[in-house]
Amino acid sequence: MLDFVQQLVSGIALGCVYGLIALGFVLVYKATEVVNFAQGDLMMLGGFFAFTFIGILGLNYWIGFAAAVLAMAAFGVLAERLVVRPILGYPQFSIIMATIGLGYFLRSVAGMIWGTDDLKIETPFSDGVLRLGSLVLAYDKLSVIAATIILCAAFYLFFNKTALGTAMRASSENMLAAYYMGIPVKRVVSIVWAISAAVATCAGVLLAPITFIHSNVGLVLGLKAFPAAVLGGFGSIPGAVVGGVLIGVIESMAGFYLPEGWKDVAPYVVLLLVLLLRPEGLFGLPMRKKV
Amino acid sequence: MRFLFKTDYEDDIKLFPHSGYVWSYGTLMVLLVIAPYVLSSYLVSQLVFVCIYATVGVALLILTGFTGQASLGHAAFLAIGAYTAAYLQQFNVPFPVYFLAAGLLTGVIGAIVGFPALRLQGIYLVIATISFALIVEEILARWESVTHGNEGMRIKTIQLFGTQVPRDSPGFYFLCLAVLVLTIVGSLNLLRSPTGRAFIAIRDSETAARSMGINVALYKVKSFAISATITGFAGVLFAHKLSFISPEMFTLQLSIEFIIVILIGGAFSLHGAVLGAIFIVMIDPFLTYLKDDVPGMIGNLAAALGAGSERAAHIQDSAAAFASANGLKGAIYGVIIVLFVLFEPLGLYGRWLKIKLFFQLFPLYKRATFKRQKIYVKSERNR
Repeated sequence: MLDFVQQLVSGIALGCVYGLIALGFVLVYKATEVVNFAQGDLMMLGGFFAFTFIGILGLNYWIGFAAAVLAMAAFGVLAERLVVRPILGYPQFSIIMATIGLGYFLRSVAGMIWGTDDLKIETPFSDGVLRLGSLVLAYDKLSVIAATIILCAAFYLFFNKTALGTAMRASSENMLAAYYMGIPVKRVVSIVWAISAAVATCAGVLLAPITFIHSNVGLVLGLKAFPAAVLGGFGSIPGAVVGGVLIGVIESMAGFYLPEGWKDVAPYVVLLLVLLLRPEGLFGLPMRKKV
Repeated sequence: MRFLFKTDYEDDIKLFPHSGYVWSYGTLMVLLVIAPYVLSSYLVSQLVFVCIYATVGVALLILTGFTGQASLGHAAFLAIGAYTAAYLQQFNVPFPVYFLAAGLLTGVIGAIVGFPALRLQGIYLVIATISFALIVEEILARWESVTHGNEGMRIKTIQLFGTQVPRDSPGFYFLCLAVLVLTIVGSLNLLRSPTGRAFIAIRDSETAARSMGINVALYKVKSFAISATITGFAGVLFAHKLSFISPEMFTLQLSIEFIIVILIGGAFSLHGAVLGAIFIVMIDPFLTYLKDDVPGMIGNLAAALGAGSERAAHIQDSAAAFASANGLKGAIYGVIIVLFVLFEPLGLYGRWLKIKLFFQLFPLYKRATFKRQKIYVKSERNR
């Protein structure tokens, strides 16, 4: 029983990271109907930025964290300007390919700059544990869970209650109509990329004590975040996090109870089942067809 | 400029619309046939890879370019073809039998993958095919009684009509070339048949295709099966060329390379598959060449511009260090993909068409001829 709870908690913590990356997918998808295949790599880059600020320049953890988030938000805007904006309005496949290319580029360049070793960031959450009876919970995992809940709630409110959030939803439904209604669609898209790069940075920094930072971490975790986003329903903010947590728990349980090899495959088996049985996911709106 | 005067449907679907085609393709065939006897063995080996990649490219074009179903899982189909060959070879099955069996098995698996794909579109299909490829990769690593897991499998030399066909002989090159040419001719015939027309109709508008009486589900599965079969054939040749296969050769990276083949070649014509394959196979030797020669050139240039000999040597060393840095190839790949998507969405074949039209219409060519249309009113969720 204790093993089960321990696995459950570490699954939830891992799942929250998937959820945070999936949140980035969902933000960009909600606002622009584009799926950013470089989301995991933005996370990796955010982690490296934070490592540079905290580990090399020796800034305070929180100041370094904030600096990394700001730097990555600026980078998100830059990437949007250079890569996404020129092909806005073209078939989705072009944009998917462009973001795959961007991911390739970021991975290689990060490997060239920061090397291929695993890097570690010293955080206030490292090493400490919370003991509840005989249950041992590490602070770094709890910090991921807490941050995920806070970010998820903030974005849910942002999209449903603020004018900017409403503008984003409108421009995702129909860019041209949104433009006619006076929404600055291009600026909205830039802001969305800034926000999603910032979220990715949060994921990268929080993840650093758990899996370390290396240039391929984005690819590995980014691919796991797809099942999370699909399970929750692409385009639903609570869905991304719930899907992430479910995938994390399934993966961690499969690693513990099923024979070796299932751990890596289980999320994708779940993904294919979801696509087969309920393609709109747990929280997604059913897809309608129009001519 | 030549104007083709078509009087009936037969004229419209001719494989060789006019004599120019016969001459140019005839010359190309002659050059390809004499190639192994004049080129160095390294270049012939690269040509074999071009043939294999182009075969996969044609398969992917049928599915992605002509039926509009994106796939990032073709490395898995290639792996299934390769492993079927390796497995059957252990029981002394003759080459033609396991060649066909590999294609057949891959085709059946392709059709099975096609079924869940029926309900999926765009991004969901991409994600589903990625998952399929990752699952296949894991199965190859774990099913040790058949695939020998991560140890990999050795492939013996082809035995064809009682003679050996080693992997670096002209015979093997001709085999790959024959498979490629047959695939291309077969695909051209397929695409001008009712089946091919149905594929194109589904790509352009599924709803419109359905209202014209096309069984969309059937044709999507057919497209998946045909594409997978061709990839399976290519997989057998790939296994023989490498003579050793293991699961880590068939990763997502390879699937992305196949997509790059059709993206860079041009996803609207079979020419694109061949041009893209040439590009992706030749980029490696080209980068090696750059790595070896460019730092020296930069050093000489710096010396010529008046830098002292010590400083020029320093510049040359840092250029060499940069050129041999790990991952430079990945960065160049990434930049190439992005640049093609942004500036040359029709690929190399599109560029060739533009140049051709420029001279045909000179001086009346205008760039807007090839302008893509933007569709802002799109919500693929409601499609």
